[in-house]
Amino acid sequence: MAWGWELLRAFVGTIIIFSAVAFIAVMFGVLLERKISAWMQSRLGPKHVGPQGLLQTLADTVKLLQKENIVPARADRTIFASAVVIVPLAALLDYVVIPFGTTRSGPLIFRDLNIGVLYFAATSSLVVIGILMAGWGSNNKYALIGGLRSAAQMVTYEIPIGLCLVTVALMAGSLSTVTIVNGQQHLWYVVAQPVAFLIFLIAAIAEVNRVPFDLVEAESELVAGYFSEYSGMRFALFQLGEYGEMFAMAAMAVTLFLGGWRGPVLPPVLWFVIKLYALIFVFMWVRWTYPRFRIDQMLNFSWKVLIPVSVLNLVVTAFFVVAVHR
Amino acid sequence: MSGEAIAFYLLAAVTLASAVVVVTTGNIVHAAAALVPSFLGVTGLYILLNAEFVAGIQVLIYAGAITVLILFAIMLTEGGTGLAGRQRNEQAAAGAAVAAAIAILLVAVAGRTTWTPEPGTLPSYTPGAIGQSFLRQNILVFEGTSIVLLVSLMGAIMIARREE
Amino acid sequence: MLLDWGYVAIFALVGAAMVSLPLLIIWLISPRSDYPQKFETYESGVPTIGQAWSQFHVRYYLFSLVFVVFDVEIIYLYPWAVVARSLGQLAFWEMLTFLVILVLGLLYAWRRGALEWV
Repeated sequence: MAWGWELLRAFVGTIIIFSAVAFIAVMFGVLLERKISAWMQSRLGPKHVGPQGLLQTLADTVKLLQKENIVPARADRTIFASAVVIVPLAALLDYVVIPFGTTRSGPLIFRDLNIGVLYFAATSSLVVIGILMAGWGSNNKYALIGGLRSAAQMVTYEIPIGLCLVTVALMAGSLSTVTIVNGQQHLWYVVAQPVAFLIFLIAAIAEVNRVPFDLVEAESELVAGYFSEYSGMRFALFQLGEYGEMFAMAAMAVTLFLGGWRGPVLPPVLWFVIKLYALIFVFMWVRWTYPRFRIDQMLNFSWKVLIPVSVLNLVVTAFFVVAVHR
Repeated sequence: MSGEAIAFYLLAAVTLASAVVVVTTGNIVHAAAALVPSFLGVTGLYILLNAEFVAGIQVLIYAGAITVLILFAIMLTEGGTGLAGRQRNEQAAAGAAVAAAIAILLVAVAGRTTWTPEPGTLPSYTPGAIGQSFLRQNILVFEGTSIVLLVSLMGAIMIARREE
Repeated sequence: MLLDWGYVAIFALVGAAMVSLPLLIIWLISPRSDYPQKFETYESGVPTIGQAWSQFHVRYYLFSLVFVVFDVEIIYLYPWAVVARSLGQLAFWEMLTFLVILVLGLLYAWRRGALEWV
């Protein structure tokens, strides 16, 4: 039964990716955030749980699992509950098309879809629905305002991301992520497309609602925005979604611009992890350095600066690609 | 039954069930939320037809953008409270007659179509082939589409801003 | 190719199950002590004033509207990006026309104030 064998491979691959993302990316990422923020603020961060505080997030997760399950009285239970599943699931679906490395038998990717880059854009846009449902289903003014503003922000910054994806697809001549990584054999696209790289990073930070674009969930502004009413493990699942999406965006930036797993001496997967964490460090560095934008500044920045610049970049790139190819 | 047939029936069931929820539920926000599984079911059906680019677009535009648009539009109206509205009005009988007529028309058309094409006559659905087609043969339609998008954008902005 | 998507479907289903697993765990092991105050909606510690929903500004709708139009534009850009090299100059100018028309739409929205937050 050939399809039984494929089913098993799919199953095992899914569990590996989910566990890897949940543990290596998100749990370690939350710890990294706390440690990096601590070092930048001249303090130490978590130290007690495990060596150098490495098991801190695991301890937090176990604690949250035992917390009481509170659903607000007038909340819409169906939508409240389904939002919790949609946000992390959409974030984790992004990882299907990311090539983590290469082995002798082919690229180390869950599935090399023909429309890889388009698939990534599509699953990123599913997160917005989950956020809107979380905001509305909580029956809480802060959550609703936070959810709507968050949706408006994420939707606005999806356009620069889409335009940067199109620019890289133009350079590589394909939508498949493996082809894009292979196309960077001689030159990483970050050198050929610095503008697109910068725009992608900025838009990615805005897409995952991080500082300096986190007005929609800042404590002093909107309590916690769309997940105000979610406590315990549900809150942890939203964090899984948010950090998972951040890591997915960073992984996509590595794939599109930094040559994916390409590198001289070390094994490919190690190069990928190094580049990924370098970008994550940049994200966290930006978070703890800059103050946050006001929402109208944030949205104006996307519509009036990022989109015209990325369209111009696309046109110039297309001109050179077509002219050189002739 | 082959895997494709099972997948087809499952996806069709999901699509139809959520479409029924959209049409019958009284809570308009639930109706908008139930659109999402219906769109995802249609995505699966496109994939079964080997149109993976169209499937990607379906998720990106319908489940990603149109649902957000509909939810924002609902929030602008009283439906945002989620109160149940009336499900029927005085024109229910006429509506049922029109629906029955359309259903008969669709079944008749479906019955007369030859569903199995000759092998090799279907166009390719890869992004490359689609790009070639609308930049070569269908270029006028393509530019016309951009005009349609521009006009719809201008029209919607005019209508939405009129009350300002 | 269908096999690829079968894998994605398995990923989605198994993923949904794995994400729901913590929810199952908390349903099983979390303590329960229900009293009414616990289920009050949070509004900085005071009783809530009015209902959660109030009519929202039309600007959210306008943002998502302009977004839909630009999203549709981007999906036309994807197939073009894949074949742009081989189709040469004519395709470039055709796509440039398309982009210019839609940038005109962005300018119109900008001038008419559809992109303003207040």
